[in-house]
Amino acid sequence: MNSIKQKILKDRLFEIAIIFFTALSVLPLILILFQVVKNGIGAINLEFFTHLPLPPGEKGGGILNAIVGSFELVFIASIFAIPLGVLIGVFLAEYKNKLTDFLTVLVDVLQSTPSIVIGIIAYLWVVVPLRRFSALSGSVALAIMMLPLIIKHTKETLKMVPSTLKEASYALGANYTSTLLKVLLPSALGGILTGILLSISRVFGETAPLLFTAFGNPFFNINPLKSVESLPLLIFKYALSPYDDWHRIAWGASLVLILIVLSLNILVKLIIEKWEARF
Amino acid sequence: MGSAILKIRNLYAGYKDGGWVLKGINLDIYKNKITAIMGPSGCGKSTFIRCINRMHEVVDGARIRGEIYLDDRSIFGMHPIIVRRKIGMVFQRPNPFPTMSIYDNVIAGYILNGIKLKREEKDHIVEDALKKVFLWDEVKDKLHVKGTFLSGGQQQRLCIARSLAMGPEVLLLDEPTSALDPKATRVIEDLLEELKKDFTIIIVTHNASQAARISDYTAFFYLGELVEYEETERIFTVPKHPKTQEYLSGKFG
Amino acid sequence: MLRERIKVLKDEMVSYAIFVQGMIEKSVKGLLTKQKELLKEVIEKDEPFANEEEIKIEEMCITTIAKFEPKAKLLREVLMVLKINNDLERIGDHAVNIADSGLYLIERPKVKPYIDLPRMSDEAIGMLKDSIDAFINEDAKLAKDVCERDDIVDNLRNQISRELITYMLQDPTTIERALHIVKISQNIERTADLATNIAEDVIFMVEGKIIKHHKEEEI
Repeated sequence: MNSIKQKILKDRLFEIAIIFFTALSVLPLILILFQVVKNGIGAINLEFFTHLPLPPGEKGGGILNAIVGSFELVFIASIFAIPLGVLIGVFLAEYKNKLTDFLTVLVDVLQSTPSIVIGIIAYLWVVVPLRRFSALSGSVALAIMMLPLIIKHTKETLKMVPSTLKEASYALGANYTSTLLKVLLPSALGGILTGILLSISRVFGETAPLLFTAFGNPFFNINPLKSVESLPLLIFKYALSPYDDWHRIAWGASLVLILIVLSLNILVKLIIEKWEARF
Repeated sequence: MGSAILKIRNLYAGYKDGGWVLKGINLDIYKNKITAIMGPSGCGKSTFIRCINRMHEVVDGARIRGEIYLDDRSIFGMHPIIVRRKIGMVFQRPNPFPTMSIYDNVIAGYILNGIKLKREEKDHIVEDALKKVFLWDEVKDKLHVKGTFLSGGQQQRLCIARSLAMGPEVLLLDEPTSALDPKATRVIEDLLEELKKDFTIIIVTHNASQAARISDYTAFFYLGELVEYEETERIFTVPKHPKTQEYLSGKFG
Repeated sequence: MLRERIKVLKDEMVSYAIFVQGMIEKSVKGLLTKQKELLKEVIEKDEPFANEEEIKIEEMCITTIAKFEPKAKLLREVLMVLKINNDLERIGDHAVNIADSGLYLIERPKVKPYIDLPRMSDEAIGMLKDSIDAFINEDAKLAKDVCERDDIVDNLRNQISRELITYMLQDPTTIERALHIVKISQNIERTADLATNIAEDVIFMVEGKIIKHHKEEEI
C-alpha cells in the first residue's frame, strides 16, 4: 500500500513539475507580446498605414513605405524561391544518387548559414555589379534564405505520398510528367504550401541580410532596382534613434510585423488541418 | 476451355541484384475466366502479374526475358501505355487519388493521359463504370466528394471502376482484398464473378481459400516456378504435384 | 455463390432420387405385369446411367467442399447429399437385382399369387418417396415417421418367407422360384432400410442430431 501511495505522489509531483516548466517557458513569450502590444497599440491608427514617415520632431506620419517594401521584397523573393525550391525538392524526393546526397548536405548547410553572410553574398552578387542598393538584391538574399525550408518541405511531403499512388497512375498508362503534375504534386500540395508560408514568415522579419542590400529608403518606392524600406529595417533604425516619436513608431511597426507573422502561422495551421490530403 | 487471350512464353524476370525471380513461366490465360495465382510469399506471383502490364519494368534495374502475347500480339512490341490501357491493374491497398473527387477518380485514366472528353461522354463513362462495380447507388449523390472519404471496400471498388473506365480486356488484381474486412471481401468476390462476363480476370492471392472460391483456373507458383496450373476444381481436389499438396495442406506458406 | 451451388447440388440429387425410385417401381411393375422390356430397361439402360450420375454428384460434392469450405448447416447439407447419393446408388443396385429375378420368374408359372409383395414394395417406395420429400422440405417430422415405418416392411418380409417355406416343403419343384421371390423381398427390405438411412440423414441435416442406431423411443 505504501509503495502505491508513493507512486501516486511521485506521479503528482511530476505532473506539477511539467506544468510549472511549461508555464515558465511560455511566460517570456507572453511578456514579449504584452510589451509589444502595450507600447505599439498607441502608435497604430489609419495614418500609420497610409502615410510616409516624417522627419524627427514632427508629430504623426506612418510606415507605408516599409509595409509596401516588405511585401515587395518577399514577393520578388518568392518568385525566385518557390519554383526553384519546389523543383529541387522534387528532384531530391524522386532520385537517390551521389548528386542528391551532396545537395541534401548543401541544403542543410544553407539552412544554418548566418543570415548576415547571405546578405554579404547578395551584396557581392547583385549590389556590386549593379553599383546600387536595390529591392532586387534584398529579394535575392531573402530567396536564398527561403530555399532550404521550401526544399525540405517539398521533399518530405513528396516522400510521404504513398508509392501506390504513383503505381496507380502508371497502371492507368500515365507517363512520368503527368504523374508528377497531376498526382504527386497535388497530393503533396498541403505540405508544399506549408513550407512556402513558413519560409515567408521566417524571412519577413529578417533584418541582417537587408542591411546592405535593400538598404532602406525613407521615401515611397516600388522600383525593384532602387533601394527600398522594410519593416525590420525601419524598426532597427527607429529603435536606435534618439527620438521618442521614432521609438513609438518602432513599437507600432513591431506590432504590425508580429501580427503579419502570426497570421501567416495561423494560415499554415489551417492549411495543415483542412488541405492536407488523406491517403 | 475457351480461347487463350494471354499467352506467356518462357518468361524470366528479375531485379537489379540477384538471380531470376521468375524462371521460365509458360502459361495460357483463358478469356472470360478468373485465373488465380497463388503461392507462398516471395514465390514471384506479384512480379508475374506486374510483367503482364509491363509495370515490372518501371522498377529501377528490373530485368525481363521471354514473351507475353495479348491476342497473339507481343506486348513488348506495343507501347507500355497501350498495354496498360488494355490490361488494367488493381492493387493490394485501395489507392484512389486523394486529391480527386469520386467522379474524377473514375476518369483519372483519361485525365492523366490528357484525353479530352465531352461532358456527356464523361458522365456516361463514370455512371457505367460505377454501375459495373455496384457502387453507383451508394455514391451517385456525392460524386464530387473526395474518393478517400469512402470506406476501404468502397475505395477498392472505386479503384476497380477506375480501371474498367479505360475499357480494358484483362484486369489484374494484386491481392485486392488483403486490406479489407470479410464483408467487403465478399462484396469484391461477388463482383469479380459478375465482371468475368465482360473481362478476363487474373487475381493474385496468398489465400488459398479465396483462390478456391472464386477462380476457374489456379496456378501455383513456388520459388519463381510455375509448379502446377489446372482447373481450380481439380487442383483443390487432386493436385498432381506433391508441392501443391503440401501447400494446400498448410505445410508451408 | 456457395448457396446457389448447394441448391444446384440438391436439385441434382433430388432428380437422381426420383430416377432411382422409378427403377424400383419399374422392376416391381415388370414382375407383376410380366413386362420383360421394362425389366430389361432397368438392367441395360437405367443401371449404367445411375452409376454415372452417382459419380457426377459425388464429384460435385467434393469440389463444393474443396472450393467453398462450407460451414455449419451448409456443411451438413453437402455431406448428407454425399451420403444419400451413396444410398441411392445402392437402391439402384437392388432394383437391378429385383429385375434379374423378375426375368427368371416371369418366364415360369407363379408359385402363388403375389399379395404381400406388392404391399411390401408400395410401402418401401412410399418410404423412399417420403424421405426424399422430407429432404426437399427439410421436414424432420416426416423423416422420423419414415424411420418408424421400417418395421412394417420387416414384418411383411418375414411373412413372405414363412409362407414360401411351406410351399417349398410341400412341393420341392417350387424351391428355385420361391428362392427368387425371397430374394426380391430381401431387396425390397434393403431398399426400405436405405430409405430409413436417408431419413436419418435428413434429420441430421435439419437438426444436427445423429440418431442412427438409437432406439425408437429416443427419436
